[in-house]
Amino acid sequence: MLQRGYHQQTFHQRADTCNGRVLPRGGEILTAFEPRIVAFCCNWCSYAGADLAGVSRLQYPPSARIIKVMCSGRLEPQFILKAFELGADGVLVAGCHIGDCHYIAGNEKAKVRVEMTKELLDVLGVDSRRLRLEWISAGEGTKFADTMNNFTKELEELGPSPLKEVI
Amino acid sequence: MTKIEEFIEETGAFDCVECGKCTSLCPVANINSDFAPRLIVVKAQEGLESEIKRDKDIWSCITCEICNDMCPYEVDFSGFIQRMRVEAVGMGNVPVCSEAGAVQTMQRITGMGQKQNRLAWLTDDLKVSDKGDVYYFTGCAYQLGILFNDKAPELKEIPANVVRIMNAAGIEPVVSNKEVCCGHDQLWSGDEVGFIDLMEQNVEMIKETGAKKVVFSCPEGFRTFNIDYQGFLGDLDFEILHISEFLMNLIDEGKLEFKETDETVTYHDSCRLGRHAGIYDTPRDLLDAMGVEFVEMASSQEKALCCGVNAFTNCNEASRQLQMMRLLEAKQTGAETMLAFCPKCVIHYNCLLSMEKMPIEREKIDIKVKDFSNFVAEHMK
Repeated sequence: MLQRGYHQQTFHQRADTCNGRVLPRGGEILTAFEPRIVAFCCNWCSYAGADLAGVSRLQYPPSARIIKVMCSGRLEPQFILKAFELGADGVLVAGCHIGDCHYIAGNEKAKVRVEMTKELLDVLGVDSRRLRLEWISAGEGTKFADTMNNFTKELEELGPSPLKEVI
Repeated sequence: MTKIEEFIEETGAFDCVECGKCTSLCPVANINSDFAPRLIVVKAQEGLESEIKRDKDIWSCITCEICNDMCPYEVDFSGFIQRMRVEAVGMGNVPVCSEAGAVQTMQRITGMGQKQNRLAWLTDDLKVSDKGDVYYFTGCAYQLGILFNDKAPELKEIPANVVRIMNAAGIEPVVSNKEVCCGHDQLWSGDEVGFIDLMEQNVEMIKETGAKKVVFSCPEGFRTFNIDYQGFLGDLDFEILHISEFLMNLIDEGKLEFKETDETVTYHDSCRLGRHAGIYDTPRDLLDAMGVEFVEMASSQEKALCCGVNAFTNCNEASRQLQMMRLLEAKQTGAETMLAFCPKCVIHYNCLLSMEKMPIEREKIDIKVKDFSNFVAEHMK
Protein backbone atom coordinates (compact mmCIF):
# COMPACT_ATOMS: atom_id res chain seq x y z
CA MET A 1 0.00 0.00 0.00
CA LEU A 2 1.16 3.50 -0.80
CA GLN A 3 2.36 5.11 2.36
CA ARG A 4 1.47 8.67 3.09
CA GLY A 5 4.20 10.84 4.51
CA TYR A 6 3.54 12.76 7.66
CA HIS A 7 5.53 14.73 10.14
CA GLN A 8 5.41 13.60 13.69
CA GLN A 9 4.21 16.44 15.84
CA THR A 10 6.45 17.35 18.69
CA PHE A 11 3.63 19.04 20.53
CA HIS A 12 -0.04 18.29 20.64
CA GLN A 13 -1.99 20.59 18.48
CA ARG A 14 -5.42 19.79 17.25
CA ALA A 15 -7.87 21.61 15.12
CA ASP A 16 -11.47 21.99 16.07
CA THR A 17 -12.82 21.73 12.58
CA CYS A 18 -16.31 22.53 13.74
CA ASN A 19 -15.47 26.17 14.28
CA GLY A 20 -12.19 26.38 12.47
CA ARG A 21 -10.00 27.01 15.47
CA VAL A 22 -6.66 25.49 16.19
CA LEU A 23 -6.58 24.46 19.79
CA PRO A 24 -3.28 25.09 21.45
CA ARG A 25 -2.58 22.50 24.05
CA GLY A 26 0.42 23.63 25.96
CA GLY A 27 1.07 22.90 29.54
CA GLU A 28 0.04 25.18 32.31
CA ILE A 29 2.40 26.26 35.03
CA LEU A 30 0.63 26.15 38.32
CA THR A 31 1.79 28.01 41.36
CA ALA A 32 -1.28 28.18 43.52
CA PHE A 33 -4.28 26.34 42.19
CA GLU A 34 -7.22 28.60 41.59
CA PRO A 35 -10.09 26.73 39.97
CA ARG A 36 -11.47 28.18 36.81
CA ILE A 37 -15.21 27.86 36.48
CA VAL A 38 -17.31 28.52 33.41
CA ALA A 39 -20.79 29.48 34.60
CA PHE A 40 -23.67 29.41 32.15
CA CYS A 41 -26.43 31.58 33.63
CA CYS A 42 -29.86 32.03 32.16
CA ASN A 43 -30.86 35.55 31.28
CA TRP A 44 -34.08 35.71 33.29
CA CYS A 45 -33.20 34.26 36.68
CA SER A 46 -29.63 33.24 37.38
CA TYR A 47 -27.88 36.09 35.62
CA ALA A 48 -30.04 38.50 37.54
CA GLY A 49 -29.20 36.48 40.66
CA ALA A 50 -25.51 36.96 39.95
CA ASP A 51 -26.19 40.65 39.44
CA LEU A 52 -27.95 40.86 42.78
CA ALA A 53 -25.01 39.14 44.47
CA GLY A 54 -22.76 41.83 43.03
CA VAL A 55 -25.06 44.73 43.85
CA SER A 56 -25.46 43.40 47.39
CA ARG A 57 -21.64 43.21 47.64
CA LEU A 58 -21.67 39.57 48.64
CA GLN A 59 -18.19 38.10 48.62
CA TYR A 60 -17.42 35.12 46.40
CA PRO A 61 -14.22 33.94 44.70
CA PRO A 62 -13.46 35.53 41.35
CA SER A 63 -12.98 32.10 39.82
CA ALA A 64 -16.02 32.08 37.54
CA ARG A 65 -16.35 33.41 34.02
CA ILE A 66 -20.06 33.97 33.56
CA ILE A 67 -21.61 33.37 30.16
CA LYS A 68 -25.15 34.57 29.72
CA VAL A 69 -27.51 32.34 27.77
CA MET A 70 -31.15 33.17 27.12
CA CYS A 71 -32.32 29.97 28.78
CA SER A 72 -30.60 27.07 30.48
CA GLY A 73 -32.37 24.97 27.85
CA ARG A 74 -30.13 26.61 25.25
CA LEU A 75 -27.21 24.69 26.67
CA GLU A 76 -25.91 21.88 24.53
CA PRO A 77 -23.65 19.10 25.80
CA GLN A 78 -21.03 20.50 23.45
CA PHE A 79 -20.80 23.79 25.42
CA ILE A 80 -19.86 21.82 28.50
CA LEU A 81 -17.45 19.46 26.74
CA LYS A 82 -15.81 22.38 24.99
CA ALA A 83 -15.32 24.26 28.25
CA PHE A 84 -13.54 21.25 29.71
CA GLU A 85 -11.48 20.73 26.58
CA LEU A 86 -10.27 24.31 26.74
CA GLY A 87 -9.17 23.92 30.33
CA ALA A 88 -12.07 24.67 32.67
CA ASP A 89 -11.87 23.01 36.07
CA GLY A 90 -15.58 23.17 36.60
CA VAL A 91 -18.77 24.09 34.76
CA LEU A 92 -21.81 25.55 36.44
CA VAL A 93 -25.18 25.55 34.77
CA ALA A 94 -27.67 27.84 36.46
CA GLY A 95 -31.29 28.37 35.51
CA CYS A 96 -34.72 29.30 36.85
CA HIS A 97 -36.39 27.03 39.38
CA ILE A 98 -38.48 24.23 37.89
CA GLY A 99 -41.87 25.69 37.02
CA ASP A 100 -40.49 29.22 36.77
CA CYS A 101 -38.84 28.97 33.36
CA HIS A 102 -39.41 32.01 31.19
CA TYR A 103 -39.85 29.63 28.27
CA ILE A 104 -42.11 27.22 30.19
CA ALA A 105 -39.90 24.11 30.29
CA GLY A 106 -36.37 24.99 29.12
CA ASN A 107 -34.88 24.18 32.49
CA GLU A 108 -36.39 20.70 32.42
CA LYS A 109 -34.56 20.11 29.15
CA ALA A 110 -31.37 21.45 30.72
CA LYS A 111 -31.78 19.00 33.58
CA VAL A 112 -31.96 16.00 31.23
CA ARG A 113 -28.98 17.20 29.22
CA VAL A 114 -26.82 17.93 32.24
CA GLU A 115 -27.52 14.47 33.66
CA MET A 116 -26.60 12.89 30.35
CA THR A 117 -23.44 14.97 30.09
CA LYS A 118 -22.47 13.97 33.64
CA GLU A 119 -22.65 10.32 32.63
CA LEU A 120 -20.52 11.03 29.57
CA LEU A 121 -17.95 13.00 31.57
CA ASP A 122 -17.52 10.11 33.98
CA VAL A 123 -16.79 7.75 31.10
CA LEU A 124 -14.33 10.26 29.61
CA GLY A 125 -12.46 10.40 32.90
CA VAL A 126 -13.58 13.85 33.99
CA ASP A 127 -15.18 13.64 37.43
CA SER A 128 -18.86 14.45 37.02
CA ARG A 129 -18.73 16.49 40.23
CA ARG A 130 -16.99 19.12 38.12
CA LEU A 131 -20.33 19.80 36.44
CA ARG A 132 -23.01 21.34 38.56
CA LEU A 133 -26.62 22.28 37.95
CA GLU A 134 -28.30 24.81 40.23
CA TRP A 135 -31.60 26.61 40.20
CA ILE A 136 -31.04 30.23 41.18
CA SER A 137 -33.81 32.81 40.91
CA ALA A 138 -33.38 36.54 40.38
CA GLY A 139 -33.95 37.17 44.07
CA GLU A 140 -31.40 34.65 45.31
CA GLY A 141 -28.19 36.66 45.31
CA THR A 142 -27.06 34.88 48.43
CA LYS A 143 -27.67 31.49 46.87
CA PHE A 144 -25.51 32.49 43.92
CA ALA A 145 -22.65 33.59 46.16
CA ASP A 146 -23.00 30.45 48.31
CA THR A 147 -22.99 28.22 45.22
CA MET A 148 -19.80 29.87 43.99
CA ASN A 149 -18.14 29.49 47.38
CA ASN A 150 -19.09 25.82 47.72
CA PHE A 151 -18.26 24.90 44.16
CA THR A 152 -14.87 26.60 44.29
CA LYS A 153 -14.10 24.82 47.55
CA GLU A 154 -15.10 21.47 46.13
CA LEU A 155 -12.99 22.03 43.02
CA GLU A 156 -10.00 22.99 45.16
CA GLU A 157 -10.32 19.59 46.82
CA LEU A 158 -10.67 17.82 43.46
CA GLY A 159 -7.58 19.59 42.09
CA PRO A 160 -6.93 20.75 38.54
CA SER A 161 -8.89 19.21 35.69
CA PRO A 162 -7.27 16.03 34.35
CA LEU A 163 -7.54 17.44 30.85
CA LYS A 164 -4.94 20.08 31.65
CA GLU A 165 -1.28 19.33 31.34
CA VAL A 166 0.29 20.62 34.50
CA ILE A 167 4.00 21.37 34.38
CA MET B 1 3.71 20.62 -7.45
CA THR B 2 1.37 21.81 -4.72
CA LYS B 3 -0.09 19.43 -2.18
CA ILE B 4 -3.47 19.55 -3.90
CA GLU B 5 -2.00 18.71 -7.31
CA GLU B 6 -0.07 15.92 -5.65
CA PHE B 7 -3.10 14.11 -4.31
CA ILE B 8 -5.19 14.76 -7.40
CA GLU B 9 -2.41 12.84 -9.16
CA GLU B 10 -2.27 10.12 -6.50
CA THR B 11 -6.00 9.48 -6.35
CA GLY B 12 -6.41 9.82 -10.11
CA ALA B 13 -9.17 12.36 -9.60
CA PHE B 14 -8.29 14.24 -12.82
CA ASP B 15 -10.11 11.52 -14.75
CA CYS B 16 -13.42 12.61 -13.17
CA VAL B 17 -13.41 15.86 -15.09
CA GLU B 18 -13.55 14.17 -18.44
CA CYS B 19 -15.92 11.32 -17.58
CA GLY B 20 -18.60 12.24 -15.08
CA LYS B 21 -20.07 8.81 -14.41
CA CYS B 22 -19.67 9.57 -10.72
CA THR B 23 -22.00 12.51 -11.04
CA SER B 24 -24.75 10.44 -12.61
CA LEU B 25 -24.48 7.83 -9.84
CA CYS B 26 -23.97 10.11 -6.86
CA PRO B 27 -26.94 9.92 -4.47
CA VAL B 28 -26.35 13.48 -3.29
CA ALA B 29 -26.24 14.84 -6.84
CA ASN B 30 -29.56 13.11 -7.45
CA ILE B 31 -31.18 15.18 -4.72
CA ASN B 32 -29.18 18.38 -4.85
CA SER B 33 -28.69 19.41 -8.47
CA ASP B 34 -26.05 22.00 -7.52
CA PHE B 35 -23.73 19.26 -6.33
CA ALA B 36 -21.46 17.34 -8.70
CA PRO B 37 -18.40 15.32 -7.72
CA ARG B 38 -16.42 16.26 -10.77
CA LEU B 39 -17.09 19.93 -10.23
CA ILE B 40 -15.17 19.67 -6.97
CA VAL B 41 -12.20 18.28 -8.85
CA VAL B 42 -12.37 21.07 -11.42
CA LYS B 43 -12.33 23.68 -8.68
CA ALA B 44 -9.48 21.94 -6.90
CA GLN B 45 -7.45 21.63 -10.08
CA GLU B 46 -7.59 25.37 -10.56
CA GLY B 47 -6.11 25.52 -7.07
CA LEU B 48 -7.54 28.96 -6.40
CA GLU B 49 -7.57 29.51 -2.69
CA SER B 50 -10.60 31.79 -2.94
CA GLU B 51 -12.56 29.01 -4.69
CA ILE B 52 -11.60 26.35 -2.17
CA LYS B 53 -12.42 28.65 0.74
CA ARG B 54 -15.96 29.16 -0.51
CA ASP B 55 -16.60 25.64 -1.74
CA LYS B 56 -19.09 23.99 0.63
CA ASP B 57 -19.55 21.04 -1.73
CA ILE B 58 -16.63 19.12 -0.29
CA TRP B 59 -18.67 18.84 2.90
CA SER B 60 -21.83 17.79 1.06
CA CYS B 61 -20.18 14.58 -0.18
CA ILE B 62 -21.28 11.73 2.07
CA THR B 63 -18.20 9.65 1.21
CA CYS B 64 -20.39 6.63 0.53
CA GLU B 65 -17.99 5.52 -2.24
CA ILE B 66 -20.69 4.58 -4.76
CA CYS B 67 -18.58 6.63 -7.19
CA ASN B 68 -15.36 4.74 -6.35
CA ASP B 69 -17.09 1.45 -6.84
CA MET B 70 -18.60 2.23 -10.21
CA CYS B 71 -15.77 4.33 -11.59
CA PRO B 72 -14.41 3.00 -14.89
CA TYR B 73 -11.02 4.68 -14.22
CA GLU B 74 -10.61 3.44 -10.63
CA VAL B 75 -10.45 6.94 -9.21
CA ASP B 76 -10.26 7.08 -5.43
CA PHE B 77 -12.76 9.90 -5.13
CA SER B 78 -13.41 9.55 -1.42
CA GLY B 79 -9.66 9.57 -0.84
CA PHE B 80 -9.52 12.79 -2.80
CA ILE B 81 -12.33 14.26 -0.69
CA GLN B 82 -10.66 13.15 2.52
CA ARG B 83 -7.45 14.97 1.68
CA MET B 84 -9.21 17.93 0.12
CA ARG B 85 -11.01 18.45 3.42
CA VAL B 86 -7.73 18.68 5.30
CA GLU B 87 -6.58 21.38 2.87
CA ALA B 88 -9.90 23.19 3.11
CA VAL B 89 -9.85 23.30 6.91
CA GLY B 90 -6.35 24.76 6.67
CA MET B 91 -7.86 27.56 4.59
CA GLY B 92 -10.73 28.15 6.99
CA ASN B 93 -13.43 26.26 5.11
CA VAL B 94 -15.07 24.25 7.88
CA PRO B 95 -18.08 21.93 8.02
CA VAL B 96 -21.29 22.37 9.95
CA CYS B 97 -21.12 19.72 12.68
CA SER B 98 -24.09 17.91 14.17
CA GLU B 99 -24.78 18.47 17.85
CA ALA B 100 -22.61 21.59 17.56
CA GLY B 101 -19.56 19.33 17.29
CA ALA B 102 -20.08 17.43 20.54
CA VAL B 103 -19.11 14.10 18.96
CA GLN B 104 -15.78 15.39 17.66
CA THR B 105 -14.99 17.12 20.94
CA MET B 106 -15.85 13.98 22.90
CA GLN B 107 -13.53 11.97 20.67
CA ARG B 108 -10.69 14.47 21.00
CA ILE B 109 -11.10 14.45 24.77
CA THR B 110 -10.53 10.67 24.88
CA GLY B 111 -6.99 11.30 23.64
CA MET B 112 -6.01 14.00 26.13
CA GLY B 113 -4.06 11.74 28.44
CA GLN B 114 -6.38 11.56 31.47
CA LYS B 115 -7.36 8.27 33.05
CA GLN B 116 -10.59 7.35 31.31
CA ASN B 117 -13.40 5.28 32.67
CA ARG B 118 -13.88 3.73 29.26
CA LEU B 119 -14.83 0.29 30.52
CA ALA B 120 -17.82 1.52 32.52
CA TRP B 121 -19.93 -1.13 30.75
CA LEU B 122 -17.79 -3.98 32.06
CA THR B 123 -19.88 -5.97 34.55
CA ASP B 124 -18.65 -8.79 36.78
CA ASP B 125 -20.15 -11.58 34.66
CA LEU B 126 -18.01 -10.61 31.67
CA LYS B 127 -14.57 -12.17 31.36
CA VAL B 128 -11.80 -10.08 29.85
CA SER B 129 -8.03 -10.12 30.16
CA ASP B 130 -5.14 -7.64 30.13
CA LYS B 131 -2.92 -9.52 27.75
CA GLY B 132 -3.78 -12.03 25.08
CA ASP B 133 -4.16 -12.81 21.40
CA VAL B 134 -7.51 -11.22 20.70
CA TYR B 135 -8.01 -7.53 21.30
CA TYR B 136 -11.53 -6.15 21.10
CA PHE B 137 -11.59 -2.53 19.98
CA THR B 138 -14.79 -1.19 21.54
CA GLY B 139 -14.74 2.15 19.73
CA CYS B 140 -17.07 4.90 20.81
CA ALA B 141 -20.37 2.98 20.68
CA TYR B 142 -20.86 3.28 24.44
CA GLN B 143 -20.19 7.01 24.49
CA LEU B 144 -22.45 7.57 21.49
CA GLY B 145 -25.13 5.60 23.30
CA ILE B 146 -24.97 8.12 26.14
CA LEU B 147 -24.87 11.14 23.86
CA PHE B 148 -27.77 9.87 21.74
CA ASN B 149 -29.68 8.37 24.60
CA ASP B 150 -32.99 9.62 23.19
CA LYS B 151 -32.41 8.04 19.77
CA ALA B 152 -30.43 4.86 20.13
CA PRO B 153 -29.87 3.87 23.78
CA GLU B 154 -29.17 0.29 22.71
CA LEU B 155 -25.70 1.34 21.52
CA LYS B 156 -24.60 1.32 25.14
CA GLU B 157 -25.04 -2.44 25.21
CA ILE B 158 -22.80 -3.20 22.21
CA PRO B 159 -19.43 -3.65 24.00
CA ALA B 160 -20.90 -5.81 26.75
CA ASN B 161 -22.82 -7.91 24.24
CA VAL B 162 -19.79 -8.49 22.03
CA VAL B 163 -17.74 -9.63 25.02
CA ARG B 164 -20.65 -11.87 26.05
CA ILE B 165 -20.68 -13.51 22.61
CA MET B 166 -16.91 -14.02 22.75
CA ASN B 167 -17.14 -15.46 26.25
CA ALA B 168 -19.77 -17.93 25.06
CA ALA B 169 -17.24 -19.17 22.50
CA GLY B 170 -14.60 -19.48 25.20
CA ILE B 171 -12.63 -16.38 24.28
CA GLU B 172 -11.58 -13.81 26.83
CA PRO B 173 -10.78 -10.72 24.76
CA VAL B 174 -8.39 -8.01 25.81
CA VAL B 175 -10.04 -4.64 26.35
CA SER B 176 -8.24 -1.54 27.45
CA ASN B 177 -9.01 1.59 29.36
CA LYS B 178 -6.21 3.33 27.48
CA GLU B 179 -7.96 2.93 24.16
CA VAL B 180 -8.87 6.19 22.49
CA CYS B 181 -11.25 6.90 19.63
CA CYS B 182 -10.00 5.68 16.27
CA GLY B 183 -9.99 9.17 14.77
CA HIS B 184 -12.33 8.39 11.89
CA ASP B 185 -14.40 11.51 12.41
CA GLN B 186 -11.30 13.65 12.83
CA LEU B 187 -9.86 12.51 9.54
CA TRP B 188 -13.10 12.92 7.62
CA SER B 189 -13.78 16.33 9.06
CA GLY B 190 -10.37 17.58 8.05
CA ASP B 191 -8.41 17.36 11.31
CA GLU B 192 -5.42 15.30 10.23
CA VAL B 193 -3.26 16.31 13.17
CA GLY B 194 -5.88 15.24 15.70
CA PHE B 195 -6.25 11.98 13.81
CA ILE B 196 -2.53 11.22 13.88
CA ASP B 197 -2.44 11.90 17.60
CA LEU B 198 -5.21 9.38 18.26
CA MET B 199 -3.73 6.88 15.80
CA GLU B 200 -0.33 6.84 17.50
CA GLN B 201 -1.89 6.34 20.92
CA ASN B 202 -4.01 3.43 19.71
CA VAL B 203 -1.24 1.59 17.88
CA GLU B 204 1.09 1.99 20.86
CA MET B 205 -1.59 0.71 23.23
CA ILE B 206 -2.35 -2.38 21.11
CA LYS B 207 1.36 -3.18 20.83
CA GLU B 208 1.58 -3.15 24.63
CA THR B 209 -1.16 -5.75 24.94
CA GLY B 210 0.68 -8.06 22.54
CA ALA B 211 -2.49 -8.84 20.59
CA LYS B 212 -2.26 -10.69 17.28
CA LYS B 213 -5.84 -10.12 16.23
CA VAL B 214 -7.84 -6.93 16.67
CA VAL B 215 -11.60 -7.32 16.36
CA PHE B 216 -13.92 -4.44 15.57
CA SER B 217 -17.67 -4.27 16.04
CA CYS B 218 -17.74 -0.86 14.40
CA PRO B 219 -17.19 -0.64 10.62
CA GLU B 220 -15.67 2.83 10.91
CA GLY B 221 -12.94 1.70 13.26
CA PHE B 222 -12.36 -1.29 11.02
CA ARG B 223 -11.96 0.87 7.95
CA THR B 224 -9.82 3.41 9.74
CA PHE B 225 -7.35 0.79 11.00
CA ASN B 226 -7.39 -1.17 7.79
CA ILE B 227 -7.02 1.63 5.28
CA ASP B 228 -6.03 4.83 7.05
CA TYR B 229 -3.71 3.58 9.80
CA GLN B 230 -1.94 1.29 7.38
CA GLY B 231 -1.85 4.11 4.84
CA PHE B 232 0.05 6.28 7.29
CA LEU B 233 2.12 3.72 9.17
CA GLY B 234 2.59 0.92 6.65
CA ASP B 235 1.48 -2.61 7.46
CA LEU B 236 0.55 -3.12 11.08
CA ASP B 237 1.81 -6.26 12.76
CA PHE B 238 -1.58 -7.48 13.90
CA GLU B 239 -4.52 -8.90 12.01
CA ILE B 240 -7.53 -6.61 11.63
CA LEU B 241 -10.85 -8.43 11.71
CA HIS B 242 -14.44 -7.37 11.60
CA ILE B 243 -16.72 -9.00 14.14
CA SER B 244 -18.76 -10.68 11.38
CA GLU B 245 -15.65 -12.44 10.05
CA PHE B 246 -14.55 -13.32 13.55
CA LEU B 247 -17.95 -14.77 14.46
CA MET B 248 -18.19 -16.72 11.21
CA ASN B 249 -14.89 -18.42 12.09
CA LEU B 250 -16.27 -19.31 15.50
CA ILE B 251 -19.48 -20.69 13.99
CA ASP B 252 -17.49 -22.77 11.50
CA GLU B 253 -15.61 -24.23 14.44
CA GLY B 254 -18.97 -25.00 16.03
CA LYS B 255 -18.38 -22.80 19.04
CA LEU B 256 -21.56 -20.73 18.84
CA GLU B 257 -25.16 -21.89 18.84
CA PHE B 258 -28.33 -19.94 18.36
CA LYS B 259 -31.94 -20.06 19.47
CA GLU B 260 -34.64 -20.86 16.98
CA THR B 261 -36.52 -17.84 15.77
CA ASP B 262 -39.14 -16.88 13.21
CA GLU B 263 -38.10 -13.26 12.91
CA THR B 264 -37.65 -11.67 9.49
CA VAL B 265 -34.86 -9.19 9.08
CA THR B 266 -33.18 -7.16 6.39
CA TYR B 267 -29.57 -6.01 6.40
CA HIS B 268 -28.23 -2.57 5.65
CA ASP B 269 -24.73 -2.53 4.16
CA SER B 270 -23.04 0.35 5.94
CA CYS B 271 -20.76 2.09 3.48
CA ARG B 272 -17.67 1.74 5.70
CA LEU B 273 -18.11 -2.02 5.86
CA GLY B 274 -19.43 -2.64 2.39
CA ARG B 275 -17.94 -0.45 -0.27
CA HIS B 276 -14.98 0.80 1.78
CA ALA B 277 -13.85 -2.57 3.12
CA GLY B 278 -15.56 -4.97 0.73
CA ILE B 279 -17.31 -7.08 3.36
CA TYR B 280 -20.68 -8.11 1.96
CA ASP B 281 -20.98 -11.83 2.46
CA THR B 282 -20.08 -12.55 6.08
CA PRO B 283 -22.98 -10.59 7.61
CA ARG B 284 -25.37 -12.49 5.33
CA ASP B 285 -23.70 -15.82 6.14
CA LEU B 286 -24.01 -14.95 9.79
CA LEU B 287 -27.78 -14.41 9.47
CA ASP B 288 -28.01 -17.67 7.58
CA ALA B 289 -26.13 -19.54 10.30
CA MET B 290 -28.42 -18.02 12.90
CA GLY B 291 -31.45 -19.39 11.08
CA VAL B 292 -33.05 -15.99 10.78
CA GLU B 293 -35.27 -15.33 7.80
CA PHE B 294 -33.44 -12.79 5.69
CA VAL B 295 -34.82 -10.60 2.92
CA GLU B 296 -32.70 -8.42 0.67
CA MET B 297 -33.56 -4.80 -0.02
CA ALA B 298 -33.97 -3.48 -3.57
CA SER B 299 -30.55 -1.82 -3.52
CA SER B 300 -28.02 -3.84 -1.62
CA GLN B 301 -24.36 -4.73 -1.46
CA GLU B 302 -22.36 -2.48 -3.84
CA LYS B 303 -25.49 -0.51 -4.65
CA ALA B 304 -26.66 -0.05 -1.07
CA LEU B 305 -28.03 3.35 -0.18
CA CYS B 306 -26.32 5.38 2.50
CA CYS B 307 -27.58 6.75 5.81
CA GLY B 308 -26.79 10.23 4.53
CA VAL B 309 -24.31 11.56 7.06
CA ASN B 310 -20.59 11.09 7.45
CA ALA B 311 -18.43 11.96 10.45
CA PHE B 312 -21.35 13.87 11.99
CA THR B 313 -20.96 16.76 9.56
CA ASN B 314 -23.46 18.45 7.28
CA CYS B 315 -26.65 16.70 8.25
CA ASN B 316 -29.13 18.43 5.99
CA GLU B 317 -32.18 18.01 3.75
CA ALA B 318 -30.34 15.62 1.45
CA SER B 319 -29.45 13.43 4.44
CA ARG B 320 -33.09 13.25 5.50
CA GLN B 321 -34.10 12.31 1.99
CA LEU B 322 -31.47 9.57 1.75
CA GLN B 323 -32.52 8.14 5.11
CA MET B 324 -36.12 8.16 4.01
CA MET B 325 -35.31 6.39 0.75
CA ARG B 326 -33.46 3.66 2.62
CA LEU B 327 -36.19 3.15 5.20
CA LEU B 328 -38.80 3.00 2.43
CA GLU B 329 -36.86 0.16 0.84
CA ALA B 330 -36.46 -1.59 4.15
CA LYS B 331 -40.15 -1.34 4.93
CA GLN B 332 -41.07 -2.65 1.47
CA THR B 333 -39.23 -5.92 2.14
CA GLY B 334 -41.81 -6.70 4.81
CA ALA B 335 -39.11 -7.38 7.41
CA GLU B 336 -39.69 -6.46 11.04
CA THR B 337 -36.19 -5.22 11.65
CA MET B 338 -33.38 -3.65 9.71
CA LEU B 339 -29.95 -4.58 11.03
CA ALA B 340 -26.79 -2.52 10.62
CA PHE B 341 -23.31 -2.92 12.02
CA CYS B 342 -22.49 0.75 12.10
CA PRO B 343 -23.65 2.50 15.30
CA LYS B 344 -23.88 5.75 13.38
CA CYS B 345 -26.26 4.29 10.82
CA VAL B 346 -28.43 3.18 13.74
CA ILE B 347 -28.37 6.70 15.18
CA HIS B 348 -29.13 8.42 11.89
CA TYR B 349 -32.08 6.21 10.97
CA ASN B 350 -33.52 6.39 14.45
CA CYS B 351 -33.07 10.13 14.33
CA LEU B 352 -35.39 10.31 11.33
CA LEU B 353 -37.84 7.91 12.95
CA SER B 354 -37.94 10.01 16.13
CA MET B 355 -39.05 13.13 14.28
CA GLU B 356 -42.54 14.31 15.03
CA LYS B 357 -43.30 15.63 11.58
CA MET B 358 -42.33 13.74 8.46
CA PRO B 359 -42.75 14.50 4.78
CA ILE B 360 -44.15 10.99 4.35
CA GLU B 361 -46.70 8.88 6.23
CA ARG B 362 -45.05 7.23 9.17
CA GLU B 363 -46.41 3.76 8.35
CA LYS B 364 -44.41 3.71 5.13
CA ILE B 365 -41.03 3.89 6.83
CA ASP B 366 -41.76 2.70 10.32
CA ILE B 367 -39.33 -0.17 10.82
CA LYS B 368 -37.13 -1.14 13.77
CA VAL B 369 -33.47 -0.31 13.18
CA LYS B 370 -31.16 -2.33 15.38
CA ASP B 371 -27.52 -3.00 15.90
CA PHE B 372 -26.29 -6.30 14.47
CA SER B 373 -24.03 -7.29 17.38
CA ASN B 374 -26.85 -6.76 19.88
CA PHE B 375 -29.12 -8.85 17.68
CA VAL B 376 -26.60 -11.71 17.62
CA ALA B 377 -26.24 -11.60 21.41
CA GLU B 378 -30.02 -11.72 21.86
CA HIS B 379 -30.29 -14.84 19.74
CA MET B 380 -27.47 -16.75 21.37
CA LYS B 381 -28.25 -19.94 23.20
